[in-house]
Amino acid sequence: MDALLSQYIDPYYLRILMLIGINIILALGLNLITGVTGQLSMGHAGFMSLGAYTSAILSMQLGCPFFLSLLAGAAMAALFGFFIGIPTLRLEGDYLAMVTIGFAEIIRVFFLNFEPGGKAVGMSGIPQNTTFLLVWTLVIIVVVLNAKLLNSRLGRAFYAIRENEIAAEASGINTTRLKVLAFTAGSFLAGLGGGLYAHYMYFIRPQDFGFMKSIELLNMVVLGGMGSIPGTILGSVILTLLPEMLRVVAEYRLLFYGALLVILMIFRPNGLLGDVRVYDIKKKFARKKVGSWQSSN
Amino acid sequence: MAVLQLEDITQEFGGLRALDLVNLAVDEQQIFGIIGPNGAGKTTLFNIITGIYRPTGGKVIFKDHLLNNMSPWNVARIGIGRTFQNIRLFNKLSVLDNVRVGSHGVGKSGFWGCILGLPGERREEKAIIEQTEKLLELVGLYDKRWEYADNLAYGEQRRLEIARAMALKPSLLLLDEPAAGMNSTEKTELMDLIWKIRNDMHLTILLVEHDMNLVMNICEEIAVLDYGRKIADGSPEEIKNDERVIQSYLGAEA
Ligand SMILES: Nc1ncnc2c1ncn2[C@@H]1O[C@H](COP(=O)(O)OP(=O)(O)OP(=O)(O)O)[C@@H](O)[C@H]1O
Ligand SMILES: [Mg+2]
Repeated sequence: MDALLSQYIDPYYLRILMLIGINIILALGLNLITGVTGQLSMGHAGFMSLGAYTSAILSMQLGCPFFLSLLAGAAMAALFGFFIGIPTLRLEGDYLAMVTIGFAEIIRVFFLNFEPGGKAVGMSGIPQNTTFLLVWTLVIIVVVLNAKLLNSRLGRAFYAIRENEIAAEASGINTTRLKVLAFTAGSFLAGLGGGLYAHYMYFIRPQDFGFMKSIELLNMVVLGGMGSIPGTILGSVILTLLPEMLRVVAEYRLLFYGALLVILMIFRPNGLLGDVRVYDIKKKFARKKVGSWQSSN
Repeated sequence: MAVLQLEDITQEFGGLRALDLVNLAVDEQQIFGIIGPNGAGKTTLFNIITGIYRPTGGKVIFKDHLLNNMSPWNVARIGIGRTFQNIRLFNKLSVLDNVRVGSHGVGKSGFWGCILGLPGERREEKAIIEQTEKLLELVGLYDKRWEYADNLAYGEQRRLEIARAMALKPSLLLLDEPAAGMNSTEKTELMDLIWKIRNDMHLTILLVEHDMNLVMNICEEIAVLDYGRKIADGSPEEIKNDERVIQSYLGAEA
């Protein structure tokens, strides 16, 4: 399939399409935590690196089959998400942001000193098992399951926590438990994306998963629209393409990102698709008794 | 028989005694009013019952549960619904979703059910939609079900809060100044609504309200708080004629 594709598509574009797919998976994980549930995480790349290193070590040094390594990487990230979430999700806003930054830094420093991971040099020669077909199949699965989750009892509870925690609790929502659940599920996706990334890039280093990567992922969620699946996808596409286009002015990328966010805050504070009223469209089709329809955003 | 019982409830905030040895007994299916001047401790009382504050002293007993150390979501799950004086809606969710979230505490669907759409989850979703539509019709917001909650007018938001609290199928409903900001037509409608809820759904209602007309018309029993102390308790007639109440509260209004 991939060989076939590369006959028709320029490998450069193929590569960008792969990165877009991987970023969509990563960003949808963060969207669940920050966009939907409203828990500002600035260390998503840390969980991504857990998935990347775990899966790479398993398949390179222990001869694990690719799919098993991929799953184990995601599970490892989820496990850390769970145990870090329990104490930290009691914190609010800025504090949570700081703790997640700190945690991602700890992981990075850990891998800088981690012998099996090649320390600062990183790991190279990771089998390139991540195929175009696999990435985009997983994107579709993740999008479908995500959409289903958000239009369910738990998904609505996640949004409710973001909107008003006290009212959410008064509705019987165990907010701490559900925040941990969102954080664990989001970390799982980070680990999955990390594993795909490692098995696509051939080599990984600790600095690939630094603070800048976390911010890049956060930008995708914020740009597209917090809590919106189409928005997050759009944000991932734009912010994967932009750096490629801006390659010539690479030094100014940060400046450009900053300016972009400021402009966004002014003109579309809810993100590009964050306040697109899905309801307005739905209303037109809604009959007197509503049977099946999709949820908010 | 008392469904809710407060025994010697005391609440201190630093040096401030917001509630001082308050006793209350609310009977099943009663509409029970709590009145008193600003800062008397009415909302504090609601926050104690719903687990937001832990009382400094005393006991809160609901049916056979001791609520003192129960978390708010647990209190909701055993059947106590509430509205908020300073409206707390899920602003960027639709009216429909606000009410659907309200049913969370009586729902069962777990992570796998939700993510895979298992049969049990689908059945529950269907039941929730039906119940939600009924509640929205009851409070007159059915036609606005697709609106974002923060697009509603003030009075509509208050009614949405009631519908959301009702979605929990509570046996005790706490309403904190539900008529605040409403015009007189809306107030009359609200009065009918509260009556209807109590009569049709057989629940107990605890009502904090400054509108004396509404309180005197609708409540079967009223307690008066003043500076954290209960200064009177009785039927609307008794309260209207109580010397201390007239002095500290009603007199000021007249
Ligand atoms: N969390 C808190 N921390 C400190 N003081 C508080 C807190 N909550 C309430 N108080 C104080 O307790 C007293 C009672 O407040 P409460 O809100 O219960 O009054 P209320 O009877 O509901 O008044 P209103 O009619 O204005 O709503 C007030 O003096 C208030 O400032
Ligand atoms: Mg009050």
